[in-house]
Amino acid sequence: MYDAGKILFGLLVLAGLTTLPVWYNVARGKAGPQPQLTVGTTEKQCVLPTAEMRAGHMALLDEWRTRVVRHGEHATRTSGGREVRMSLTNTCLGCHAQKDQFCDRCHDYAAVKLTCFECHVVPKRSK
Amino acid sequence: MIDKALTGSRRYWALVAGLGTLVVVGFVVYLRQLNEGLAITGLSRDVTWGFYISQFTFLVGVAASAVMVVLPYYLHDYKAFGKVTVLGEFLAVAAVLMCMLFIVVDMGQPMRVLNMFRYPTPNSVMFWDASVLMGYLLLNITISWTALGAERRGEHPPRWVKPLIYLSIPWAFSIHTVTAFLYNGLSGRPFWLTAILAPRFLASAFASGPALLILLCLLLRRTTRFDAGREAIQKLAQIMTYGMVASVFFVLLELFTVFYSQIPEHMHHFQYMFVGLEGHRFLVPFMWTSNALAVLALVLLLNPRARRREGVLAVAAVAVFVSLWIEKGLGLVVTGFIPSPLEHVTEYRPTVPELLIGLGVYALGFLVLTVLYKVAVTVRERLAA
Amino acid sequence: MDGNRRGFLKAAGFTVLAVGTGTVSVLRSARARPDAPTPSSQPAGANALVGKRWGLLVDTTRCKAREGCQDCRRACHRAHNVPDLPEPRHEIKWIWTERFRNTFPDAEHEFMAPAILDRPVAVLCNHCENPPCVRVCPTKATWKRPDGIVMMDWHRCIGCRFCAVGCPYGARSFNWRDPRPFLKEQNPDFPTRYRGVVEKCTFCDERLARGLLPACVVSCKQKALTFGDLADDRSEIRRLLASVRALRRKPALGTMPKVFYVV
Repeated sequence: MYDAGKILFGLLVLAGLTTLPVWYNVARGKAGPQPQLTVGTTEKQCVLPTAEMRAGHMALLDEWRTRVVRHGEHATRTSGGREVRMSLTNTCLGCHAQKDQFCDRCHDYAAVKLTCFECHVVPKRSK
Repeated sequence: MIDKALTGSRRYWALVAGLGTLVVVGFVVYLRQLNEGLAITGLSRDVTWGFYISQFTFLVGVAASAVMVVLPYYLHDYKAFGKVTVLGEFLAVAAVLMCMLFIVVDMGQPMRVLNMFRYPTPNSVMFWDASVLMGYLLLNITISWTALGAERRGEHPPRWVKPLIYLSIPWAFSIHTVTAFLYNGLSGRPFWLTAILAPRFLASAFASGPALLILLCLLLRRTTRFDAGREAIQKLAQIMTYGMVASVFFVLLELFTVFYSQIPEHMHHFQYMFVGLEGHRFLVPFMWTSNALAVLALVLLLNPRARRREGVLAVAAVAVFVSLWIEKGLGLVVTGFIPSPLEHVTEYRPTVPELLIGLGVYALGFLVLTVLYKVAVTVRERLAA
Repeated sequence: MDGNRRGFLKAAGFTVLAVGTGTVSVLRSARARPDAPTPSSQPAGANALVGKRWGLLVDTTRCKAREGCQDCRRACHRAHNVPDLPEPRHEIKWIWTERFRNTFPDAEHEFMAPAILDRPVAVLCNHCENPPCVRVCPTKATWKRPDGIVMMDWHRCIGCRFCAVGCPYGARSFNWRDPRPFLKEQNPDFPTRYRGVVEKCTFCDERLARGLLPACVVSCKQKALTFGDLADDRSEIRRLLASVRALRRKPALGTMPKVFYVV
């Protein structure tokens, strides 16, 4: 390889730059701020335990979507035994009424673009 | 080998810069299309495919026509094609690339293009078309690059490319056949519902592709020290002549079936194309230009003495190319939609943004072609020196 | 997570099924039904309307479209967030009217009364038994359900418009631009669409799941629309089809529409 030294140096600089936020937090000695979420409901239990929802809500929504759209199933049972309609707008946003303080905050924080609501309606609520 | 494309004359860099500018312009307009949707094109509820898909269809033909140099050279050991074969293969690479880009710019949700392979659907011809085009691209890149590399070192191509070369021959026929199947299996579109569509596609491809290759060879001879050779160019001219004769013959067969049978829903489309329908005649002047050029080309090409003069041959090649570009790249797709299945006549004309995006795709294809030809020409010039 | 395992098993099962049916479908070509879901253990909803072969009968003699009635179209488009686009070439239509001569080009002749030739006829997706749109779709974004409904998955559609080209009835609309600015109100019970996907009538699958008849049927004061299970010989639609002479659009194409017309 020609100019091996220069190339390796360049790659190292690139790796350093892309991981800069990590080094910044390490140097500061504490993690970055966490997003503050408004759950928006007094209901005790979501359709799955909170930890599972936090980690796997996207997989659950994906499964719901497949079942509703492709298999024509519209109702499901929660882990608590309740029967709910598999509907993002009606069931999920029915409890988490303030999408901007729930979905959006975390997704903005994680910089994960949310495309659900380009089609699914966010109901207007007077609050 | 690609480093050969990094040094060149002023003219070479000017060409690269010019094409590059068009690519950038096209890309910027495409960003607008991504943002606003396909509403910026002239397409409509009734005419759902237009300029983009037409160019795709035409260019699949150009890509497939590489077989017209590959087959004589490798299968029949026709030595005169020794120099043009790699040019034909590089042209196929650039053409397939443009085909794919035209498909992508036509899609409403280009980000989801991989859904075609995530959910492979063998009953859809489009799935097969995407697959065979991808395969054809890989075959041609591998074959041409390996062969040129071996030539540069003064060696024979390695043995393992031989089977790939043989495979590429039927594969070339398959890409254009499958492209015809996109159209001629649709019960609701009488204009395309004809078994001769695939042969017609192949015939016009074997005329328009060699026409472009002849023009490129003549251009290379004027601008570089690379000469494809008189015999090769004359053989291409012969192939182009046969292709054009077959293409015109197939169109006449089509016209006979449609107008002798007098089935209105089959006739309406041809009427729209050649005389207009219910006062709509956007395509009429184009189609008659195409017809006139086809006649001119045949008159010139069928006369061997005229064909042998390269000035005349160049005119004939331009006539063939433009005639078939109008027929396939303008008329064939759009006319299938006019009139619509509900017998409405909605006309289509491409918009400026649509044409700029199309131009950008063509520019990108010709940029790739320029770079590939630069490599080929430099390798050959070094060998000659 | 249980959901994951379930999802995985399902995906694995469907892959096997899809590959299997896919291979067979090439051989049989025509009536392919890839992605056919296994009968599900989950109810569609406790009071869902369940049918084996849904169909619709349109009685054009009762229809008041001539007098300007737009009830079915309005009800449908409101229920499904179908926008009103100003430019006709970008129009999105699930149910609309066409003149008799355009709807049944094979059935007209020059001596017919103009009142019949120009009579508006309600047209919509025919939910063909042998749907060309399903045959051409490269991603299975549209498919035929076991109950005969030709369904769409807007999450999966890549916007190639092959289905719109393949449909012999002009039943499919493409979102040339973002539809939301052209919706006067948004019905939260149904999603809107995003630019770049194709859409059409789905026989109100979402209403059937809740035990409701399609919105167009319910909205028609003239009772010109009859919806029912064609597989059930005691259904209202079967009784009517046995007693009247009903037409289908372009029967010669072999698509076997499930929308019938009394003219």
